[in-house]
Amino acid sequence: MNGVEGYMYPNEITLYWSVLIVLYPYITGLVAGAFILASLERVFRVEAVKPTYRLALLTALAFLLVAPLPLVLHLGHPFRSPEMYFTPHSTSAMAMFGYVYMWYLMAVLVFEIWLDYRREIVLLSQSSTGLLRLIYKVMTLGSTNISPRSLAIDERVGWIVTLVGIPSAFLLHGYVGFIFGSIKANPWWSSPLMPVVFIFSAMVSGIAGVMLLYMAITKLRKQTIDMRCVDSIAMYMFYIFIIDFSLEMLDLVHRIYEADESFRSLDFMVHTKLYFSQIVIQICLGTILPLVLLFLTQVVKLPEIARKRIYGLSGCLALIGIFAMRWNVVIGGQLFSKSFLGYTTYKMALATKEGLFMAIALTLLPLLFLWVLIKLLPPWPEKSEHAPAIGD
Amino acid sequence: MNLSRRQMLILLPAAAVAWKSVLAGSPEESPNYKMTDHWWGMLIDIPKCIGCGNCVRACATENDVPDGYFRTWVERYHRSDWPMNESGEVTANPLIVPEVISPDGGKEGFPAATDESGKYFFVPKMCNHCADSPCTQVCPVGATFISPDGVVLVDQKYCLGCAYCVQACPYGCRYVHPTKEVADKCTLCYHRITQGLTTACCEACPTGARQLVDLKNPNDPIHEFLKTHSVQVLKPQMATGAKLFYNDLDGSVR
Repeated sequence: MNGVEGYMYPNEITLYWSVLIVLYPYITGLVAGAFILASLERVFRVEAVKPTYRLALLTALAFLLVAPLPLVLHLGHPFRSPEMYFTPHSTSAMAMFGYVYMWYLMAVLVFEIWLDYRREIVLLSQSSTGLLRLIYKVMTLGSTNISPRSLAIDERVGWIVTLVGIPSAFLLHGYVGFIFGSIKANPWWSSPLMPVVFIFSAMVSGIAGVMLLYMAITKLRKQTIDMRCVDSIAMYMFYIFIIDFSLEMLDLVHRIYEADESFRSLDFMVHTKLYFSQIVIQICLGTILPLVLLFLTQVVKLPEIARKRIYGLSGCLALIGIFAMRWNVVIGGQLFSKSFLGYTTYKMALATKEGLFMAIALTLLPLLFLWVLIKLLPPWPEKSEHAPAIGD
Repeated sequence: MNLSRRQMLILLPAAAVAWKSVLAGSPEESPNYKMTDHWWGMLIDIPKCIGCGNCVRACATENDVPDGYFRTWVERYHRSDWPMNESGEVTANPLIVPEVISPDGGKEGFPAATDESGKYFFVPKMCNHCADSPCTQVCPVGATFISPDGVVLVDQKYCLGCAYCVQACPYGCRYVHPTKEVADKCTLCYHRITQGLTTACCEACPTGARQLVDLKNPNDPIHEFLKTHSVQVLKPQMATGAKLFYNDLDGSVR
């Protein structure tokens, strides 16, 4: 039969979760990771990463705005999706999505960004003209008091919001891991480690993403990259990456050693259908190579230009590796039969609702959102406000 | 009638809710059927199944099942003898790696068996109508549910088509309907059993290998059968409370 080896239950031959469902955990992971990076400065007072604080928040928001799109587009009946808010099913992990998402979007991210930018928004609403003035006026939400006392309160509340935001970011992404980890029917997914692995890989991807964006945008703005900042970010990325890799290897070793009824089938899959995306891309190129490169920057005193290149390269590799990880979880989990007797093939469509082009568009869309957000709420220190902004 | 603005604000949402309920309509009446009196399941007597595929065809016709998808299907297992290589070493465990086929779900029967050795048998499959069903557990809106008489059903006017239930079923019994784009599965011919009939697959089976059973009916022959036979469910380790009982189930079946 078409693309089938061995025996699949007949309804298993088609894959029901496509590349869009790969994108969904990837995007929410970037959100959670970017937010954790922002919280480093805010809650843990890591002064070195301050230049990326606001960029990280805006990145998180830009990606969060896109996060539900792949989910909704994948639904057979997208217009019924509000039912998840109105009639959520209490035993369904997925029913949580709407609530976790709204909580994270409104109570954490938007609120924190608003508090952090309130002073600028008020000033901009006075200095700008035309439509922009109206937009800023609306964004002040009628709160125009920017006295030192009022700003001090903003600062305090913002700190609390970030504090609440950290567990919320964990919740947002840990819950995504739980969606897969709680499916007992699927041994490739079913693991209590799944949410934890998702959270740590999310942190790595978010931190790598913001680091790359910071380096790229700074270059575009013809400013100098704050090496103290990227050095610290890279250090955090390295340590979190080690935790992430250890957890993934723990999961792997555990599976190999336990070798339960599904092992023979899954092992075969990893050595055939998933060999390239799992062993080559995810583990070798996407994890071990960036880890080795980052390790070098930690133990050898390298010149600035070498460090920049290494950070750029390992950031890209980490992003590719974590995308591959999501792919291997979502697609890999559907390639083998639950009879453990066969394998099917994923044929990605091109120009359909769930095809490759849509996936590319959804990956680029957050960058467009980020560009608009940066235009509206410049994340740079005020002294450079008169310098040409990105895109100008 | 004079209504204040306050009264209107209360009445309008109430009217909206009521209107939605009116639009939903009332369920089809079934005066002779009381849901709480039944607890449905099915008995599959493996030695009786001849792999003719009548059940698969009857189900597809009765329920308008789309081509390439199956509410019920039949598998043919071949559990070979213990394979040995030239140096006399056992090379595989046929209990773990049986040969299974189900061409077009067994709809048109099976090709003749070629291997003289080992053991051939047929295993009809369908929704297990689990009492602790993992598929209904995960539905984000509760569009799939267990009816009070123990049948796992899908409200297709309500289903989002997210396919989470398809992923959660350990038996591969669900699919997303290619044109309706909602979850679809065996309904245990609910439209028939609530009218006192048996399911299409049971009715079409020439050997009586499939028997609809009502576990709440004390006169159902299933009770005697369960006492006198060795009966199994599929994947008991999944703890789904499956109600598809297999007589004489081989250990290699999964």
